[in-house]
Amino acid sequence: MSDFEYANAPESPAIANIASNYGLFIGGKFVQPKKGKSFNTINPATEEVLSKIGYADKSDIDAAVKSARSAYLKVWSKMPAKERGKYLYRIARIMQERAREFAVVETLDNGKPIRESRDTDVPLAAAHFFYHAGWADKLEFAGFGSKPKSLGVVGQVIPWNFPLLMLAWKIAPALAAGNTVVLKPAETTPLTALLFAEVCQQAGLPEGVVNIVTGDGVTGAALVNHPDINKIAFTGSTEVGKSIARAISGSKKTATLELGGKAANIVFDDAAIDEAVEGIVNGIFFNQGHVCCAGSRLILQENVAEEVLDKLKKRMSLIRVGDPMDKNTDLGAINSKEQLNKINEISNAGDKEGANRWSPELKLPSKGFWFPPTIFTGVTQSHRIAREEIFGPVLSVLTFRTPAEAIEKANNTMYGLSAGIWSDKGSKVLWAAKQLKAGVIWSNTFNKFDPASPFGGYKESGWGREGGRHGLSGYLTAEAKVNK
Amino acid sequence: MIIDGSEKSLRKFLSELSPVDQVGAEARAAMLATRSIKTSSKAWAIDMAISMVDLTTLEGADTPGKIKTLCAKAVRPDPTDSTVPSVGAICVYNDMVRIARSELDSIGGNSVPVAAVATAFPSGRASLAVKKIDTQDALNAGASEIDMVIDRGAFLSGRLMEVFEEIRTIKELCGNKAHLKVILETGELVTYDNVRKASYLAMLAGADFIKTSTGKVAPAATAPVVLVMLEAVRDYFALTGTKIGVKPAGGIRTTKDAIKQLVLVKETAGDQWLTPDLFRIGASALLNDLLMQRMKLRSGHYASANYVTVD
Repeated sequence: MSDFEYANAPESPAIANIASNYGLFIGGKFVQPKKGKSFNTINPATEEVLSKIGYADKSDIDAAVKSARSAYLKVWSKMPAKERGKYLYRIARIMQERAREFAVVETLDNGKPIRESRDTDVPLAAAHFFYHAGWADKLEFAGFGSKPKSLGVVGQVIPWNFPLLMLAWKIAPALAAGNTVVLKPAETTPLTALLFAEVCQQAGLPEGVVNIVTGDGVTGAALVNHPDINKIAFTGSTEVGKSIARAISGSKKTATLELGGKAANIVFDDAAIDEAVEGIVNGIFFNQGHVCCAGSRLILQENVAEEVLDKLKKRMSLIRVGDPMDKNTDLGAINSKEQLNKINEISNAGDKEGANRWSPELKLPSKGFWFPPTIFTGVTQSHRIAREEIFGPVLSVLTFRTPAEAIEKANNTMYGLSAGIWSDKGSKVLWAAKQLKAGVIWSNTFNKFDPASPFGGYKESGWGREGGRHGLSGYLTAEAKVNK
Repeated sequence: MIIDGSEKSLRKFLSELSPVDQVGAEARAAMLATRSIKTSSKAWAIDMAISMVDLTTLEGADTPGKIKTLCAKAVRPDPTDSTVPSVGAICVYNDMVRIARSELDSIGGNSVPVAAVATAFPSGRASLAVKKIDTQDALNAGASEIDMVIDRGAFLSGRLMEVFEEIRTIKELCGNKAHLKVILETGELVTYDNVRKASYLAMLAGADFIKTSTGKVAPAATAPVVLVMLEAVRDYFALTGTKIGVKPAGGIRTTKDAIKQLVLVKETAGDQWLTPDLFRIGASALLNDLLMQRMKLRSGHYASANYVTVD
């Protein structure tokens, strides 16, 4: 009967206005890398080259750190705090004004649906600058001692899953606390960081306060190992996080590390089932599952497992996979070939180990990197898909009989970043939240973020928190000293 | 049968329904409201929405003249364009049913049903005997759809069996002569849990359609309320194999609103519900906006409001 197929509703790529090549942003200017090397960034949905990006090596990193140090000593650390706040407010407002441009660039470079970059990434990124702008002149009253001091130059390395949002999480608190930064965006998603560099120019931010250096893992390592960095802030894999921890041991550097996760999303039998199904979908299929806090382990009470899985499969059949620039797309492209291979490798291990794979019937585009929304049932604790972070749209389903068993399974992981609890019973939610070893626990919702709320993990999910007063403390020292 | 007709089995069934999480339901409805419906899908949706409109006038000031105007509009919403479908039904008070029926028949609108609001609409505050007479009167006058109201007072004070029996009784009167739409008046039930419970109660008692509101109480057909009702008909179908219709009414005034409703239908109950047999929109002002958007889509520009007829 129905012919109600949604016609294409594409956002215009022309809004992005992407330059054919970008240099490094050092000392308030775009400069060519000293060795003149570059790499391409592509649109993962089409494999088309978007722009040529400057590749920073050790000497470029050194220039960026010098510029940040000089800006720190001469300008930023001496500026009255309320003036720093004004710059942050200005940046936040410009991000809002240019929100559509940021959303389009993010979607083109990352592959995430325009609906998500438009409604989540960009508004939240601006919100982080607004929030921290307010802190800039109130640090003395934040409970870090009467004269909290900035640390100096911060080296920041961010991932490709939320390029602009992770930049905001890093830069906003660092600047509010009075530090200057050298930030390295991920190799596959440098564009919004470079657009942000333009925003810094537009806001008249003093030269060298923010420096953006593009490159790969080698570039990141050069930044981490630079002797004149006071602090490292890293978001990414646990593997790299561990190597950073090793690299800085014995040095004066401090670090916050926001690493992997394998979050348990626990559904009790008294949960609101329809909304729980929405939460499961949002938990694992938001941003193609490229989310460190993704609800990648669904832990279902056995007596409702059949009902929930039945509804979940029907709901998954409605997920619209395809062109990320279409305003009706729910699941976009996998960010890179490398990541797609990794998702395939672990999923294939799931098949081999005896779990049952299911995906709705759908046609994936022929170009670009794609993976269908997928669930594995019949998963046991010992399967790789129950233990390793897949970082893709793949959900492992386990079941439990008693609340204690649910908690035991949920905590049986090396990670401890986030968890979800679905129950209509308040006392049960509070009890479960107390037992769970995770930095963020959502009750009857999932993947909700707010700049005022600290985010971070237990165990191998990381050190420290980002966001809120807790996050701010990572960029301050209670001692009245200035690092040189 | 999923219940045996006893109060005990009814209560047990309703108490075992999964709760609705308010925040989650509202978030889902808000997300679906972001769907972007353009070009060919918009054209399809506008025509479908027109054919789903229960063109309504429920005023104390209704006159035969007003009803006749409405009937003409119902049959040919746009006199300049014969490709515009007729609306789903005319919805009027009891005493206007005969006039509407004979007018429709005389202008070629035999296929357009007349719906009557019955059972002491809008408050439902009358004895069952009066409600029965009210309904019978509408049926005698030629109504082929009965929009009854439930006794919200009985529902809220927990007299569920009373509500159940009322619906069952009215359904018996309707027999196979008329479709029964049961108005829950969700604005007075307030919580989504109540909306879900009342939806099942009505379906179990024999409703052919569940309808949100009378249009006399705000809020009326909000997106999350319609979402919860669509989930109820979807799950009831899975349980019984019977498809029940849904009718949001009240507050749907623009094409955008109507298209959002169709998106809710498509992504909740499913494509099978995208037919006037299973989804109606109770409205009056909406029709003209649909017509104007239809013209805009075809001509590329907006016409003045004088290009659609005032009723």
